[in-house]
Amino acid sequence: MKIDLTGTTAGAINKALVRGRRAIGTPAVGMVLTLVIVTDEENAYDALKAANDASREHPSRTLVVIKRVSRSPRDRTSSRLDAEVRVGAEAGTGETVVLRLYGEVSEQADSVVLPLLLPDAPVVVWWPVYAPLDPANDPLGALAQRRVTDTYAAEQPVRELSARAEAYAPGDTDLSWTRITPWRSMLAAALDQVVCEVKAVEVEGEEFNPSCELLAMWLADRLDVPVRRSLSAGPGLTAVRMDTSEGPITLDRADGSLATLSIEGQPARAVALKRRDTAELIAEELRRLDPDDTYASALAYGVERLNTVPEPARAEPAAVAEPVEEAAKAPAKKAAAKKAPAKKAAAK
Amino acid sequence: MSRLPGSGANPLRDPADRRLPRIAGPSGLVIFGVTGDLSRKKLMPAVYDLANRGLLPPGFSLVGFARREWAHEDFAAEVHDAVKEHSRTPFREEVWQQLIQGMRFVQGTFDDDDAFERLRGTIEELDKAQGTGGNFAFYLSVPPRSFPVVIQQLKKHGLTDQSSGSWRRAVIEKPFGHDLRSAEELNKVVHEVFEPDQVFRIDHYLGKETVQNILALRFANTMFEPIWNRSFVDHVQITMAEDIGVGGRAGYYDGIGAARDVIQNHLLQLMALTAMEEPASFDADALAAEKTKVLGAVRLPKDLGRSTVRGQYAAGWQGGEKVIGYLEEDGIDAKSKTDTFAAIKLGIDNRRWAGVPFYLRTGKRLGRRVTEIAVVFQRAPHSPFDHTATEELGSNAVVIRVQPDEGITVRFGSKVPGTSMEIRDVSMDFAYGESFTESSPEAYERLILDVLLGDANLFPRTEEVELSWQILDPIEEYWDRHGRPAQYKSGTWGPVEADEMLARDGRSWRRP
Repeated sequence: MKIDLTGTTAGAINKALVRGRRAIGTPAVGMVLTLVIVTDEENAYDALKAANDASREHPSRTLVVIKRVSRSPRDRTSSRLDAEVRVGAEAGTGETVVLRLYGEVSEQADSVVLPLLLPDAPVVVWWPVYAPLDPANDPLGALAQRRVTDTYAAEQPVRELSARAEAYAPGDTDLSWTRITPWRSMLAAALDQVVCEVKAVEVEGEEFNPSCELLAMWLADRLDVPVRRSLSAGPGLTAVRMDTSEGPITLDRADGSLATLSIEGQPARAVALKRRDTAELIAEELRRLDPDDTYASALAYGVERLNTVPEPARAEPAAVAEPVEEAAKAPAKKAAAKKAPAKKAAAK
Repeated sequence: MSRLPGSGANPLRDPADRRLPRIAGPSGLVIFGVTGDLSRKKLMPAVYDLANRGLLPPGFSLVGFARREWAHEDFAAEVHDAVKEHSRTPFREEVWQQLIQGMRFVQGTFDDDDAFERLRGTIEELDKAQGTGGNFAFYLSVPPRSFPVVIQQLKKHGLTDQSSGSWRRAVIEKPFGHDLRSAEELNKVVHEVFEPDQVFRIDHYLGKETVQNILALRFANTMFEPIWNRSFVDHVQITMAEDIGVGGRAGYYDGIGAARDVIQNHLLQLMALTAMEEPASFDADALAAEKTKVLGAVRLPKDLGRSTVRGQYAAGWQGGEKVIGYLEEDGIDAKSKTDTFAAIKLGIDNRRWAGVPFYLRTGKRLGRRVTEIAVVFQRAPHSPFDHTATEELGSNAVVIRVQPDEGITVRFGSKVPGTSMEIRDVSMDFAYGESFTESSPEAYERLILDVLLGDANLFPRTEEVELSWQILDPIEEYWDRHGRPAQYKSGTWGPVEADEMLARDGRSWRRP
């Protein structure tokens, strides 16, 4: 069921929601949270689709806030709120309100959203694109327990990571971090199998993919060893190589779905590591609403402390010399040199 | 530096990192009776779903053992079909590729020494090829009479030897015997070969989300526990109803009956979880201690004839379908005294529950398929409303629905809109499927993962099994000596005797 409202207010939208629920015959609903998606018209469709899919796991009221750009000065001074209320099958398992804000009201989006939040239930704000620099102090971000950004969509992801680190407040999280959960869990499982001391790590993946940096920072933070970030053609993350006291451990994923885990002295094994779609990421993100301290700690490590190799590493492994902090430099190089034979062994 | 060899802790694991799932260590699963229904419909799909959720270790191996003449590829094809048809999560090729590398099939009968030698060879080969590290769980999806022979064969061929740091576990399904003596015998057979803490008894009810939620509901909230006692609770009804008849299980079912099949394990476990005290922690020992305590406090009624009822379904109509009676089913002796319906009344002798009856009932061919625990509260001690206002008001109740559509219902009185004061019952419903996940993990998924992790929380222990038989044995003996099961029409809620049993106490069964 769909109700269109033009030139409306939050009060009228609330009434429409109740009317919609009555009409489909389910006056009581078991929604567990309010998800606010802040986006532009271009990205609204995909974001809403992902949110509706995720609502099968987390029934929610989804509010899509679309700030419309006004073309003429006259339009900019006038102000209007349009809403599209969807309940029932069209809105996944919850209910959806698409809010279009024109003119002045687009700067006061929080005044529209606040009355539409579910009573007592947690609030999550998600910016698929154009996340504010300081999410926690954004007027909409301030309403939420959890603020989800996506540095992957940023123009300069690596710089954006530094900004996220600077503005971090408990409750912030990023989909680039969510993307690497399967990698992190597989690497942790690998270290469950071998008792060893990790000496150096290399994370390889495509350029402009902040997930690679986040994974590298997490490893550096947890293992307290130098981590080298090298580039490849992708897709996404392609490999993690750990140089340990018991020989190399490599997790290699060339095709974006099936990876190979090689541990010295053990047979190479196939591991499914598929790149997940946005709906799955959002579903994972909504599973826990408490601050993600591990993310905070990894982010705080600092992207600039990673030993980033500008050229594809395998092309000229020895010739690389870039300004990095002294402590990290020497072991990382040694590790890289050692890893060449390991790679061959894994390929067999 | 991260850690020294032998220092133990994995630096990438952190309790605060809640996203990382519990992944089982290197291991494999051997299924005996892999061609059976349970294996095809539940076990194989559960293994796939676990892999799909990324919870199985790299190199996880699945070995099938059965009489059928299959090559590894035939087995893989069979698993493939079973997974495609029954798995909960969508089929993904790369997950399948990960699984298929570790799939093996061993052909043989349970008394075939060569077959068990081949099985040992397969396991050794998998340790090399897949890195399973010697850790294997043996899932005995076989008829109870085959338990001893399979277990002895495992021992004879050195398959149960745990070398340094590796484990071998046994997973067994109900029935855990058919009375106390046979249960003790079975336990002896199993424990001779496997350490008690390496034996996992599957009661798939305990793997269900709502059953685990009983503990969350009771011990994580403040609003239920204060009234969860004899001062406020009038009685408790635990029901497990099936709409199907005995079907293809006739051979197994006749002579066993509903009480042994369902009450001894599922219903008494549900009762223990509903009635137990708060455990000191949620580890297996603390939980088992509380469950054992409450099962040990169970008291049978003095007059078993008046406080127990058994029945047999007669021909009738079930849900618009004409069905035959139990005695007319294929493979059932026309004089059979086996119960297809059983209802019993139990008491629990402790401070919390003294005087509160627990009514347990189960049956086949009842109105519909449902399992629920209903905690029915006493009426308000005084009502300021006059009699006509509260005429339609029943007792308050908290109902935990275990299956289908898992959830919790709270029933209380509310004023009917209008001018006059009239109070009637309303139900507030929390549907698990709606408020959290559309498809919560299958019980078997959870339980298989727990076996691989060695987490025994959700598995009944030897003492619990034996205590349950101690409760049921006197009832079965009484039934053997007295009378015959009452007949009830298929599609109804059991024999009238069951209604009379509650009516004598001034109560009535809920219609689930």
